[in-house]
Amino acid sequence: MNKQFNQFRFWAIGLATSWLALFVLVPSLMVLVTSFLTRDADFLIQYKFSLEGWKSIFDPTFISLLWDSLSMSMITAVICLAIAYPFVMCLMGLPQRWRGIVLFLLIVPFWTNSLVRIYAIQFLLGKKGLINETLQFVGLIDKPLDMLYSQFAVIFGLSYILLPFMILPIYSSMERLDFKLLDAAKDLGASASQRLMRITLPLTLPGIIAGCLMVVLPAMGMFFVADLLGGSKHALLGNVIKNQFIQTRDWPFGAALSILMILLLSFMLWLYYRATKMSNREGGINDSNF
Amino acid sequence: MTGCQPLLQLSGVSKTYADNTVLDALDLTIYDGEFLTLLGPSGCGKTTVLRIIAGFEKEDQGQVMLDEKDISILKAEHRPVNTVFQSYALFPHMTVYDNIAFGLIMHKVPKADINERVLEALRMVRLESFAQRKPHQLSGGQQQRVAIARAVVNRPRLLLLDESLSALDYKLRQEMQIELKRLQRQLNITFVYVTHDQEEALSMSDRIVVLNKGKVQQIGTPREIYETPVNLFVARFIGEINQFDGHVVRRIDDKHVEVVAEGADWVVKTDYPFAANDKVHVLLRPEDVRLTKPELAANTVHIEGHIHECNYKGKTLDSYIRLSTGTKVIASEFFDEDDPDFDYRLGQKVALQWITGWEVVLPYEQTI
Amino acid sequence: MIRIFRLGFIGLVLCYVYTPIFILVVNSFNESRYGNKWSGFTYKWYEKLFENDSLMEAGWHTLQVGLTSATAATVIGTLAAVALQRYRFYGKGAVSSLVFVSMLTPDIVMAIALLILFVTLGIELGYISLLIAHITFCLPFVIISVFSRLKGMDMSVTEAARDLGANEWQVFSKIILPMILPAVASGWLLSFTLSIDDVIVSSFVTGPGYEILPLKIYSMVRVGVSPEVNAISTLLFVGSVVLIVISQLLLRKKGNL
Repeated sequence: MNKQFNQFRFWAIGLATSWLALFVLVPSLMVLVTSFLTRDADFLIQYKFSLEGWKSIFDPTFISLLWDSLSMSMITAVICLAIAYPFVMCLMGLPQRWRGIVLFLLIVPFWTNSLVRIYAIQFLLGKKGLINETLQFVGLIDKPLDMLYSQFAVIFGLSYILLPFMILPIYSSMERLDFKLLDAAKDLGASASQRLMRITLPLTLPGIIAGCLMVVLPAMGMFFVADLLGGSKHALLGNVIKNQFIQTRDWPFGAALSILMILLLSFMLWLYYRATKMSNREGGINDSNF
Repeated sequence: MTGCQPLLQLSGVSKTYADNTVLDALDLTIYDGEFLTLLGPSGCGKTTVLRIIAGFEKEDQGQVMLDEKDISILKAEHRPVNTVFQSYALFPHMTVYDNIAFGLIMHKVPKADINERVLEALRMVRLESFAQRKPHQLSGGQQQRVAIARAVVNRPRLLLLDESLSALDYKLRQEMQIELKRLQRQLNITFVYVTHDQEEALSMSDRIVVLNKGKVQQIGTPREIYETPVNLFVARFIGEINQFDGHVVRRIDDKHVEVVAEGADWVVKTDYPFAANDKVHVLLRPEDVRLTKPELAANTVHIEGHIHECNYKGKTLDSYIRLSTGTKVIASEFFDEDDPDFDYRLGQKVALQWITGWEVVLPYEQTI
Repeated sequence: MIRIFRLGFIGLVLCYVYTPIFILVVNSFNESRYGNKWSGFTYKWYEKLFENDSLMEAGWHTLQVGLTSATAATVIGTLAAVALQRYRFYGKGAVSSLVFVSMLTPDIVMAIALLILFVTLGIELGYISLLIAHITFCLPFVIISVFSRLKGMDMSVTEAARDLGANEWQVFSKIILPMILPAVASGWLLSFTLSIDDVIVSSFVTGPGYEILPLKIYSMVRVGVSPEVNAISTLLFVGSVVLIVISQLLLRKKGNL
């Protein structure tokens, strides 16, 4: 390392560091501070210490709402996992070249506006939508099902949008699985289900947790999904936060809610690291550990 | 070939990473025009020396002088020193021509000169027809030659080669060794070559610096290093050697002492001021050992042992002999096709003889 | 048998992923307003779309934010990735964990954090605030994309360049940049798509004076079905497909570098 002043080095480090400090670190601290301030109708917040924001979280109506949101996200994660895991297992059976093509096909829609795709699901789930029409045509039902504007619709939409986020980490941890281990297990007399339970699952656990992390948290925030598919009845945490900031203007409460989400994130990250430690391998959150 | 003008001087250079001392107050003088090899096991600090000379690492202590000027403060890009990297480090997105021209462009050499010098460098490494290829279209040996051309085209005072041949296969490596020697003579540039391969070091260098644990063990010509190692490390690292532990019986004259080892009396030549009862190591190269039938050696100094294993090596026959004391000895003899008795049976009793004066005697070292 | 089951399952999932988009595209050419029945082929929704000035303006704004934020994020992110790979500096660990955390932070949390910052600093909500927000959420993706490319590279070429007389800036511009160009380009494309797709962050940090397409679409579809939205969604979809194909081609090229 040369001690002389190096302009390129200065800018390369300085630009990103100051950007991250100014627009990630400082705002995050401000959220934390805001959650302990007093709400003010005219000026949004008063610089006075208060625990009101945090107290609102323990309001029973809110608790049930939080629980609703959390359970919808978790069910979403479970559905995604139920589709993604077998999907990746099937994918691994394909030749390398085809895997890439299938993954590519899977990712194309994920690069498209998620709002637009949620809007498209309205067509799918509506009274005269594709699903109802098909079911009626086949004769399974006489009357169209009321699917839109329900918890089901919200979960359907969330799992639709977030499926790739479950598939990719699982795929990346599955790809790192040494398939000789499975041969070894077979050689030692393990049946197909034993191999799955004792080898494949434990070794891809970090991928599963990474996938859950990348599904559950965003799922809680996607207010537009609840808006478009859940009507006004089935709100997500994101809707509540948005309301607190845009309509009700209770910033301390909204800030406290965000901190809650960060805590949840930290908890899941902790789980992830436990899992990686246990199986001694990466799960694909940070494919590029610094 | 070896000018007497010192070109580069390292004095008291130390380097520590975390708690690991890589270089320990190293002193080294490199003379103008010589082919110097830094030889040592991995982790001995040889690559660090190279990187400090090149300017990629900064020494913690000490001084680096080039032409009697301190270059410690100079950045790598300003030093009149170029490196041939172990992995070649050719720029993958540039053609061979652009790779070689890179240093000249960086130093703002006039365009016309650049073309001429690049072509000359290409001719020198015999790659004229490959100028427009990309590195990945070349074989390992060709890439190696581009890397050398890219470095020497800048006419550095010092060319540093970091294990530059280690990625090549055996035959190609032999060819490149000869090629490197030819280039060095032709260019008259000082080469500093780093390797852990003692054979390579012996065959190419004017002088060899043997390093271990960040310290210079011995500096000398290949012959000096091989024939008169100054300590057990050097003796064992360069080639194979048989080691006998013994003690001095008496001093014969100022050049010779009498030593008892393995039950035999040895009269050995030494410069060390040994006195009676000093513990010593007597070292003998396998090729200096002769095996005969015990009855033929009865009247000369010899040691007896049993053949333990025989390895036919093509040029030589290597015999592993176990002495009665348990010491194992290797004897490497040129294969004589006309001698019907030349082969040994396993377990056969043999007498070991050696040419007096070819032994090396070293003071006893505590380490094994 | 297993093979057929395998292919069937993969096909089913892909079908599930593409059906809604397929409906959308078909409906954008459907004469019927509510899109429940096919009642003839038409371009009229596209014509209406191009006549809708406020929608077109929002589209223009989106493009503006997308291009500028993707470019800025790519410049900052590429430099950051190179710095993280090449240099040791005070606070490096903190920087890389900030990158990591900001990539995982739910959009909504980042959105309100930035909103609080903008309001506190008195930055007017509009183009500038959007730009800052978009750069911020694109940045980690660029950094990670470029960094993983750098990690796969033999970095001795940078030492070779310095050895041959290049200064840090020349090492970057003549050696590193050409070698990581595919990753930089795909980082830019990813940023651009993230930017033009974003609803969550934008809905917090933009003001009434500066409408962007996703938010405009959002307000239109909240009211009810709107065939122009089908048309513009189809266009967005086609645009995204083109971009992702380009980026995949770029990434594939890395093989022969």
